[in-house]
Amino acid sequence: MWIEALILSTLVASGIVLLAPNRYAGKLAAALSLAPLALSGIMWLNYDAAGNALLGGDMAYETTTRWVEFASYGLNWHVGVDGISMPLIVLTTILTTLAIVSAWTPIDTRQSQFYGLVLFLQAGLLGVFTALDFFVWFIFWEVVLVPMYFLIAIWGGPRRKYAAIKFFVYTNIASLIMFVGFLTLVFSMGPSVRAIDLTQVAQLVRTPGVVEGIAGFSPNTVKLFAFTLMFLGFAVKVPIVPFHTWLPDAHVEAPTPVSVLLAGVLLKMGTYALLRFNFTMLPGVVRDYAALIAVFAVVSVIYGALLALAQQDLKRIVAYSSISSMGYVILGLVAYTTHGVGGATFQMLSHGFISGLMFMVVGVIYNETHTRMVGDMSGMADRMPWTVGIFVAAAFGYMGLPLMSGFAGEVLVFLGSFDSTISPLFTAVAMFGIVIVAGYLLWAMQRTLFGPFDLETEYEIRPRPSTTWHRWWCCCSVWSGWVSTLTSSTV
Amino acid sequence: MTGATLLELPEYAAVAPAVIMIVTALLLLVIDSISPEPGENDRLALNAVAIVGAVTALSVSAWFLVAGTGQTEGPISLFEGALVVDGMALFFSIIVSSVTVLVLLAGYDYAAGDRYQAEYQTLVFLAASGMILLGMANSFVAAFLSLELASLPSYALVAYLKHNRGSVEAGLKYFLVGALSSAVMLYGISLVYGVTGTFQFAAVAEAIADTGLVGILGVGIVMIVGGVAFKTASVPFHFWAPEAYEGAPAPVSAFISSASKAAGFVLAFRLFVTAFPIGVVEGVVDWTLLFLVLSIVTMTLGNFAAATQENVKRMLAYSSVGHAGYVLIALASVTTGSDGYALGAGMAHLLVYGFMNTGAFLFIALTEYWDVGRTFEDFNGLGWEAPVACVAMTVFMFSLAGLPLGGGFVSKYILFGAAVRSGLWWLAVIAAINSALSLYYYSRVVKAMWIDDPEGSFEIESYPVGIYAAIVIAAVVTVLLLPGFGLVSEHASAAASALV
Repeated sequence: MWIEALILSTLVASGIVLLAPNRYAGKLAAALSLAPLALSGIMWLNYDAAGNALLGGDMAYETTTRWVEFASYGLNWHVGVDGISMPLIVLTTILTTLAIVSAWTPIDTRQSQFYGLVLFLQAGLLGVFTALDFFVWFIFWEVVLVPMYFLIAIWGGPRRKYAAIKFFVYTNIASLIMFVGFLTLVFSMGPSVRAIDLTQVAQLVRTPGVVEGIAGFSPNTVKLFAFTLMFLGFAVKVPIVPFHTWLPDAHVEAPTPVSVLLAGVLLKMGTYALLRFNFTMLPGVVRDYAALIAVFAVVSVIYGALLALAQQDLKRIVAYSSISSMGYVILGLVAYTTHGVGGATFQMLSHGFISGLMFMVVGVIYNETHTRMVGDMSGMADRMPWTVGIFVAAAFGYMGLPLMSGFAGEVLVFLGSFDSTISPLFTAVAMFGIVIVAGYLLWAMQRTLFGPFDLETEYEIRPRPSTTWHRWWCCCSVWSGWVSTLTSSTV
Repeated sequence: MTGATLLELPEYAAVAPAVIMIVTALLLLVIDSISPEPGENDRLALNAVAIVGAVTALSVSAWFLVAGTGQTEGPISLFEGALVVDGMALFFSIIVSSVTVLVLLAGYDYAAGDRYQAEYQTLVFLAASGMILLGMANSFVAAFLSLELASLPSYALVAYLKHNRGSVEAGLKYFLVGALSSAVMLYGISLVYGVTGTFQFAAVAEAIADTGLVGILGVGIVMIVGGVAFKTASVPFHFWAPEAYEGAPAPVSAFISSASKAAGFVLAFRLFVTAFPIGVVEGVVDWTLLFLVLSIVTMTLGNFAAATQENVKRMLAYSSVGHAGYVLIALASVTTGSDGYALGAGMAHLLVYGFMNTGAFLFIALTEYWDVGRTFEDFNGLGWEAPVACVAMTVFMFSLAGLPLGGGFVSKYILFGAAVRSGLWWLAVIAAINSALSLYYYSRVVKAMWIDDPEGSFEIESYPVGIYAAIVIAAVVTVLLLPGFGLVSEHASAAASALV
């Protein structure tokens, strides 16, 4: 019942906040978001399962109830957490609370709708990470799009409408293609599958000889077909180059708190799903086409980093570097070794915290200066020492400096992929990504943060953060930075 | 309801839903002839009778369906097999009477101050009884008569605003295309009769098995498909739909696009499964292939045309054509020896569609009542003026687009699943791409209501109770059908399995 309580408390909070007056909505939402945060914390502390549940690992807080009976098929309300989803749930609850707090200043219209939608988004995300029946999972997967669309389209930047509809339609097409792919896999197993329960499907698909050919195709072709469709669908969400074009638009136009959730949690939906579906259910296809997938991963790493290098807008830099970071996750997954998959999972978490932190810091700078362009400012360290300090810490995390969580994630991924059957060349090339990351981050920091103070826009900057919100900002940011280092030590 | 109490009812009581509709229609005419110039009290009385009549028909259908009438002890065959009452007939009776209830509720305000209100309601009831009978029809004669009973009042309803040129033109167009397709269908029926010598669906199937006149039979079947295409607003007889839906009063558009479409489909389901089972007519004409082509063309044409519209009502009209294309997947996915999965999916989708599409058209009725305007831009900023109605409209739009804010999500994906299951994965891909495209134009309405800023400002003077009630009910049911989809799917798949 823990998971139901978790999702329900978020939904109820969302309803309450939607009806609350604008003035109190922000504080109320933050207070109410503590409930799921506490719940997920307790779940984590009492959690004694480990491993991938679909591969026979343990499952905690599991519930199953028959939901829909259709012809000879059944859909179950089946939820549970395992070693992969538990950290992501905690990531979601922490980042949501942080995003809500960070929205207190920048969001100054229609607050109750804003916070209500953020909480609704959280409910969807928690559902994605806990659902174990395909259809239930798919419902949550699609639910996430709705609040995200409104959050970008109503509170976003100047080109928000274009960015929102692009995000909406692009990711929806991807979901539908993935849907067809998964169903092909399920129906190819003939009458042996009567429920699209992920655990059952995963076990059956992995049993040799269960998948039958349909429509004149051999079983292996069917598997490859299903794999390709699902991979395409998830690749958009991750995003993997060349399916990434929605991401910069959405990130740049989205308000900062939404960018935090978008980079911090939404991108993880893609890699989580890839791990749950493609890599768990069809390891044979992964083995056969490992080199090809590794190419996608490496191209994402390098190309994403190069794109980031070419940007002037701080928010765009962080957005493109997310593509690069998610490339490491894919590389770790395709390596399919203990270190690789573990590193990929850890990299998901680490990137969630670091990119969230980066977006928050950029948001603070933007609020003070009303510009995000690298060329428009310099010497910010002079006026905003705290913010800049955090910026530097987050950037070091991104670069993968030792003792930071980014380091742990990347090292594990590299260890894993060097160890695996795919050519070490891929790993070697991907490692160059780090150099580029360091390049653009150091360059951006040097130009904006250090040197003599100068600002092109006409805003006064107080030398010291004095307002309440700003202190909040710092606390939150430091905290999330601290959490990321803490988790790094636990691995 | 126990079986014992059921036994007390005579068999012919099974047609009660249709009878209630007809009796209410006559009752309304009587009230109207007693006081032909309705005052406020008469208006209340008329509406009360109408709504009570429709709700009774709905409750009786639901009661029969839950109690197992015509299901536990096999279908109830009446009038020497001309009509049959089974799970499918009752299921569609529920769809038709639910839509009727919603449309009548909205009509309370929409037709207020109109002196022909009783006629309007009578026509709705007559058409509804025709649609319910269409679901029970088990012979070509009964089917054709019910079809005409459903169609003729619909023509008059579309042209109801007789001083409005658009309405009259739409009525005429609807009538002409309807007359043409009826003639085509009748000719097809006569050819089938000529080959088989019987009108009864099951007997036709038996006679086909040992006939040599394959060519004539094939032509007949194709012509009957034409009649079905008209009623369901599918290609190639869809031309009337955008005109009629746009020109007709919005509640009538809701009625025709939801209930009438469902009635067309129930005829198709029963007809093609019992009279022309795919295993029997395989050598004659492969109607699954025919429906496959129609499905692809219909959904693609409907969705692409909808995407280019500037007028919201017309966009909904084309989207309705697109949804006919989705439901045709159910017929295209029928295979030899298949279970009730495909047809059940189609039925479930039609039920959910009945609520979400009716709700969407009734929202248009609301904007017509307020005189907001017809284009997307006219809806700008409406969300902050009338939040309740616009939240409901958002639910309808996203549910129609297949996002999980309502039951449309589950029913649509189970329908796509039917295609994949029959090996037509590429049909599912085409449908999925269509569905994603539809998100673009549905979200335009949502974007206009909540995101775009209005150019001028307008005052909403009054909030009509009836239309609001209908919209809110439709929205609540649409949302509840997501968690409660199990209730629908159970009956739908049971009814479909009993038929195939």
